[in-house]
Amino acid sequence: MVAVRYETTFKLYPYEKVAAQDLPPARHPVVIAGGGPVGLALALDLGQKGTPVLVLDDHDGAGQGSRAICFAKRTLDVANRLGASGPMVEKGVVWNVGKVFHGDGKLFDFNLSPEDGHRNPAFINLQQPYFERYLVDAIRVAQADGVPIELRGRNQVSGLTVHDTYSTLDVDTPDGIYQIEADYLIACDGARSPLRDMMGLSFDGRVFEDNFLIADVKMKADFPTERWFWFEPPFEGAGQSALLHKQPDDIWRIDFQLGWDIDREKELDPERIRTRVDAMLSSQSGSIPDYELEWTSIYTFQCRRMKTFRHGPVLFAGDSAHQVSPFGARGANSGVQDADNLGWKLDLVLKGIAPETLLDSYATEREHGADENILNSSRATDFMTPKTEVSRTFRDAVLTLASKHPFARPLVNSGRLSVPCSYDGFALFGEDALNGPPISRPSAPCVDASYQDGFLLDHLGGQFTILAFGGPAPASVSAEGVGTKIVHVTEPNEQMRARYLGDAPQAIYLIRPDQHVVARWPNYDADAIKTAIKTAIGKGA
Amino acid sequence: MPLNLDPNITNPDEFYDELIRAHEGLTKDQSDAYNARLILVLCNEIGDRDVLRAALEAAK
Ligand SMILES: Cc1cc2nc3c(=O)[nH]c(=O)nc-3n(C[C@H](O)[C@H](O)[C@H](O)COP(=O)(O)OP(=O)(O)OC[C@H]3O[C@@H](n4cnc5c(N)ncnc54)[C@H](O)[C@@H]3O)c2cc1C
Repeated sequence: MVAVRYETTFKLYPYEKVAAQDLPPARHPVVIAGGGPVGLALALDLGQKGTPVLVLDDHDGAGQGSRAICFAKRTLDVANRLGASGPMVEKGVVWNVGKVFHGDGKLFDFNLSPEDGHRNPAFINLQQPYFERYLVDAIRVAQADGVPIELRGRNQVSGLTVHDTYSTLDVDTPDGIYQIEADYLIACDGARSPLRDMMGLSFDGRVFEDNFLIADVKMKADFPTERWFWFEPPFEGAGQSALLHKQPDDIWRIDFQLGWDIDREKELDPERIRTRVDAMLSSQSGSIPDYELEWTSIYTFQCRRMKTFRHGPVLFAGDSAHQVSPFGARGANSGVQDADNLGWKLDLVLKGIAPETLLDSYATEREHGADENILNSSRATDFMTPKTEVSRTFRDAVLTLASKHPFARPLVNSGRLSVPCSYDGFALFGEDALNGPPISRPSAPCVDASYQDGFLLDHLGGQFTILAFGGPAPASVSAEGVGTKIVHVTEPNEQMRARYLGDAPQAIYLIRPDQHVVARWPNYDADAIKTAIKTAIGKGA
Repeated sequence: MPLNLDPNITNPDEFYDELIRAHEGLTKDQSDAYNARLILVLCNEIGDRDVLRAALEAAK
């Protein structure tokens, strides 16, 4: 019998008994264990590419509470490619004004005015259950079109045998246990990953650990749509830092960084929480607004990753593979980049187009991504929680100077928002014969720009694409069974000149299915493109 | 040349990290002495007395 570990906000995939439960084990090309943001995004991507995928989740929907609330542009761009971003952006809150406080005093304000020529904002605030729901909605739409995705709720992976080229899973359900086999098993089963434990794999490199008291507060009166961040909040027992952030549905999210050694029971006492929240909400106006505590939790994390994300036919993605601090919203956002990186590779391997070693590149590229996230998280934490006397002296000096002089403000680190990872120097990328703007160099994710009535990224889709700016129309190239889509921008606009051309009058880009640049050239050269395709699918020399 | 009080350091997070790391393993006294030497090195790089005077003021 499957234990219920948490309550769900939305029932998204209620349990239904399937015939397979009474049959001998069926073999699936891909089984995803865990239907969180990462498992769902990966399922949608694979299914849309025509690779059948089965998702098993031990619950029947999205868990309670806001959890990940800040979804970055890259995640929205991926969701857009998957056809799921519309409702996210519509529901999400876009904020521009931020205020930074130190103790009792305000240090400075900032206003993030959006840059032109991007479909998606730099980030939106949206409760994680909505993010998951919109992915499932998109999966339901895809299923109706015959896309081969199956979601099985209350199906818990309870046993695992990993063979050389496949895995056998025990799946526990309300009707008992059955078995299935998977060519590839993707463990998207979260930070506590039961699969990781079943395989006896360690979760190494603990960088630091901390506890956050999280409260979702429903405000009945108007309250500004701003981000407020405190270093050393002056409110009783508020910890090292505090954050106030607006979410949809008149809900504000409050995080208090409590440190490592705490009494969980005591910290979760609603009276104690209310005292802090009262102090925070009244700190600027002097009066306590009317509010309700919707959800409270203590979020404990360690900052660490698995040594390697691939173990033969089992691959780890999302929180199961890496965990970071919440500063910079890198949890869910980096997990979606894992899914984005893995989807097309798994698809090409299963279709027999790419060698299975291509999957090793998933591991190396995303381990690099995780290291970058852990580095950023560590730096933010070191700034917020100085470990030595001298680092505190510098930190306080930065904060004091920041209130007077703009130069010190970029040094103030309350978390750097997740930006997409580039894979400079990794094996799957080709030449930069164009020497164009660094922002769109090989290995970087494509930048958006206005195009026709919409945006450039809308035209790229999820396959290999030859993207031409100016010049004559390129012919499609195929190599090793990989075809290419052509996008020819005959008259590049100013944004494209700045983001893709630099001084060059024209350019040819090869883009891989996750919309990272493979290589770029000043002129069309079919042989060069063929070579780059081979490199990109792991068949290079 | 007036004192530049606008952001001027590339990759500020990395710089800050290096600055703090430079103090790793030092006692408080050693750190203070290191900071003093660092200030003098940087002042020499600036050279211009008007700029230095303005910096002394800005840091108050
Ligand atoms: C209280 C809390 C607050 C958070 N706050 C933030 C934040 O502010 N910012 C941020 O970026 N991130 C935050 N996070 C982290 C964020 O929620 C995760 O990074 C994100 O959910 C990772 O997605 P995932 O798909 O990898 O894993 P999860 O969302 O954890 O999904 C894993 C899924 O696998 C299922 N599962 C587990 N075991 C099995 C099994 N044996 N068989 C089948 N299914 C199984 C689970 O039920 C779950 O549905 C928070 C997390 C928590 C818990």
